[in-house]
Amino acid sequence: MTDPALEVTNLSKSFGALAACRNVSLDLMPGEIHALIGPNGAGKTTLVKTIAGEIAHDSGHIRFGGELIDDLDAAARAQLGLARTFQISSLAMEMSVLKNVMLAVMAVSGQVFRFFKPVNGDDALLGPARACLENAGLRKRAQTRAAELSHGERRQLEIALALAMKPKVFLMDEPMAGMGPESLARLSGLLRELKQTAPVLLIEHDMDVVFSVADRISVLVYGEVIATGTVDEIRANPDVQAAYLGDAA
Amino acid sequence: MSGALFAEQLLNGLQFGVMLFVMAAGLTLVFGVMGLINLAHGSLYMLGAFACAAVAAATGSFVLGLAASLAAAAIAGVLVETLIIRHLYARDHLDQVIATFALILVFTEGTRWAFGSFPLYLNLPDALSGSVSLPGGITYPLFRLLIIGVGLAIAAGLFLLVNRTRLGMRIRAGESDREMIAALGVDIGRLYTIVFALGAALAGLAGALVGSVQAVQIGMGEPVLILAFVVIVVGGIGSITGAFVGAILVGVTDTLGRFLLPQAFGLIMDASSATSVGSALASMLIYVLMALVLVFRPTGLFGKPA
Amino acid sequence: MRRETLITLTLLALLLGAAVYGHRGNEPFIITLAAKAAIFAIAGAGLNLALGYGGLVSFGHAAFFGIGGYAAGIIASAARNYEPVMTWPIEIAGSTSMPVIWIVAIIAAMIIAIPIGIFSLRTGGVYFIMITLAFAQMLYYFAVSWPAYGGEDGLSFYVRNSVFGLNMMDPWTYFTVCFGVLAVVLALMAVLVRSRFGLALEMARQNAQRLTASGIRPFNVRLTAFVISAMITGLAGALYADLNRFVSPAMLSWHTSGEIMVFVILGGVARLGGPVAGACLYLLLEQTLDGVTDYWQVLLGIVLLLVVLFARGGLVGLLAGRRAAHD
Repeated sequence: MTDPALEVTNLSKSFGALAACRNVSLDLMPGEIHALIGPNGAGKTTLVKTIAGEIAHDSGHIRFGGELIDDLDAAARAQLGLARTFQISSLAMEMSVLKNVMLAVMAVSGQVFRFFKPVNGDDALLGPARACLENAGLRKRAQTRAAELSHGERRQLEIALALAMKPKVFLMDEPMAGMGPESLARLSGLLRELKQTAPVLLIEHDMDVVFSVADRISVLVYGEVIATGTVDEIRANPDVQAAYLGDAA
Repeated sequence: MSGALFAEQLLNGLQFGVMLFVMAAGLTLVFGVMGLINLAHGSLYMLGAFACAAVAAATGSFVLGLAASLAAAAIAGVLVETLIIRHLYARDHLDQVIATFALILVFTEGTRWAFGSFPLYLNLPDALSGSVSLPGGITYPLFRLLIIGVGLAIAAGLFLLVNRTRLGMRIRAGESDREMIAALGVDIGRLYTIVFALGAALAGLAGALVGSVQAVQIGMGEPVLILAFVVIVVGGIGSITGAFVGAILVGVTDTLGRFLLPQAFGLIMDASSATSVGSALASMLIYVLMALVLVFRPTGLFGKPA
Repeated sequence: MRRETLITLTLLALLLGAAVYGHRGNEPFIITLAAKAAIFAIAGAGLNLALGYGGLVSFGHAAFFGIGGYAAGIIASAARNYEPVMTWPIEIAGSTSMPVIWIVAIIAAMIIAIPIGIFSLRTGGVYFIMITLAFAQMLYYFAVSWPAYGGEDGLSFYVRNSVFGLNMMDPWTYFTVCFGVLAVVLALMAVLVRSRFGLALEMARQNAQRLTASGIRPFNVRLTAFVISAMITGLAGALYADLNRFVSPAMLSWHTSGEIMVFVILGGVARLGGPVAGACLYLLLEQTLDGVTDYWQVLLGIVLLLVVLFARGGLVGLLAGRRAAHD
């Protein structure tokens, strides 16, 4: 049996009296898309932030490739190969699309503190960045400022940035939010390809998408995982229907 | 060192601290409610001192002078807020810093033009200028004691204002959510002007009171402004409680440091070098305090965690 | 050639032209003024790296300007008195060689900037502004109350220090040295902002969250920028002390911090030529307004207010349009 790429055990996080995550345990196996669903305020984004290292958890453990990463900060986790996308596109709006990607490429190379060579002539950055934009279907927009991109294009760029980091795990916080049906279909296809390179922990609102792309699903309600299983198991689970699907229907 | 001398220095520190609080309260309110960093707060302090000196000299009444300091600073506050500051709320801190720096230049040179470069001295009324005997054989100037009383009364008043009144409720709402308060139908423009004028009036009063003990002079506002910054960094930006605790800490640390450090160095070196080393280090003490607070609580003692 | 580069070169040419005009017309006052502008521009260029490119609004760069100045003053006066600068823990002899003094000034600024940066970068935004201001003020009070180097009265050293055996008391020679240093600093700055580090710094300013998610700590990038920025401003301080043959706590005062900031704002934030334009404009305003009234700073204040309220890109912004460092 293979080891999980990412493993969360008994993780808890409270904000004052509000428990955002309670004893959450879940794992992400190589080659899978593991979707995390739950109603608004269930603690999905808090969970993503604790896994990414943006906020510290109160108790429990996070293992990445078998190693404990509880004490690493967000930057160190990213360097290990944990790439996350943001629910609201997080880009340098005044920079060109290409420069946004070049920064992500640069981060992987680890050579940030170089002061003299201009990045515009740096083939070690330009090559991978261009390839990445090609993959994401943004080649023509390379010189456009990020601020001028459409919403859908920003989401694509967001994913391109994660790709550029050549990560071992993708952590995607509602990558499809606000997308039209056409881009949705394209992105679903892309996700299925992505999981071959690295598994995806996918937070998603759109149930149709989740049921079509996910290999496994965990349901988070009031900070607790109430069920984990395959698509069919989750569909059939009465607790889930009561707590979540019932509400949505 | 006698206990009485130490107690006197402690009272001096307290007096310095409460005046710093009166300065810092306005700064921290303006930052908390409007998100504005106002360097010209020290100019309002100076303006209050000059208004007090001018009116007291003209009328012979110190009380009228104090009233004038409040009024002049409040009016200047309203003018500055409506003409200039208002356009800066939506700007970044850099624009605010530069614009209020420009205001300092205008205020400083304008005051120099109006009053000349020489310091003015206020004559306290006889009734306030004596000393009082306190328990423990301490004699302390009555006016300084009065300043401590006024400062504490203002602190109490501000606590009540912020926590118990309708205006205070709006101020607190403004601190937590600027858009919400606009949605509630509060005239946000007027609220901002009132808060700014309140802060200005307090700064003006502090200037008049401190000016009465020391001297009223050009540029007196900036050293106090920078100390007030240290106070709110220590206390936590936006918190009145933080401003109070920070101000007392800074005031007492600075005063006792200047008093005790030269004496402490006197134990290990000769008197004249002890005085110079001690006072040089004492002048750095509150900044060391600030650095220490930052190490343990980057957003200040009472600041909200980032 | 990019429009902004062209503007920077034009500004440098104008500054050089003013000095040449003074040199031809035998007007040392103009040459010295031009040298002063070049020095202020270097100080502003230093601040511009932190404030403009890094978005770190430091209101304490007088600390580094002053430290550079004191480094120059202390070393030079020690040499003239035939005393060592210090004997413990290592013995450092005085010197009148400018390059030696420059290096010491740069290193001194670095040594001061590292702790100040570490403390103030723990926080951000308005805290950063206040804390940098406070630390600069701490050094100011220290300089005022520490008697060894003149205390409040400052430190005079009568003769300018020298480089390549040139006669530095000649205004034209002194100007050319300052101008040369300015050119080198601006070239360095142009290279820096286009490098990998410059890209990371730009990202730290625009979106620190993304920089972190990419595996780079914004703190490290910002601290590096802050320290380099301080070193450049420290170098300007050494040149300024040499220009006046005098250094005093005034170089460390909050007013100096404000002035250095004004150079950057008047000229244009995050513009290569911004500090040059700003320093020249500031000195021009001072010269012309001073003739109008004794209280020229009132007018300066009004000009500044107008720039902040209506011309936010500064002079270079007006000339070059939208900013374009990394696009």
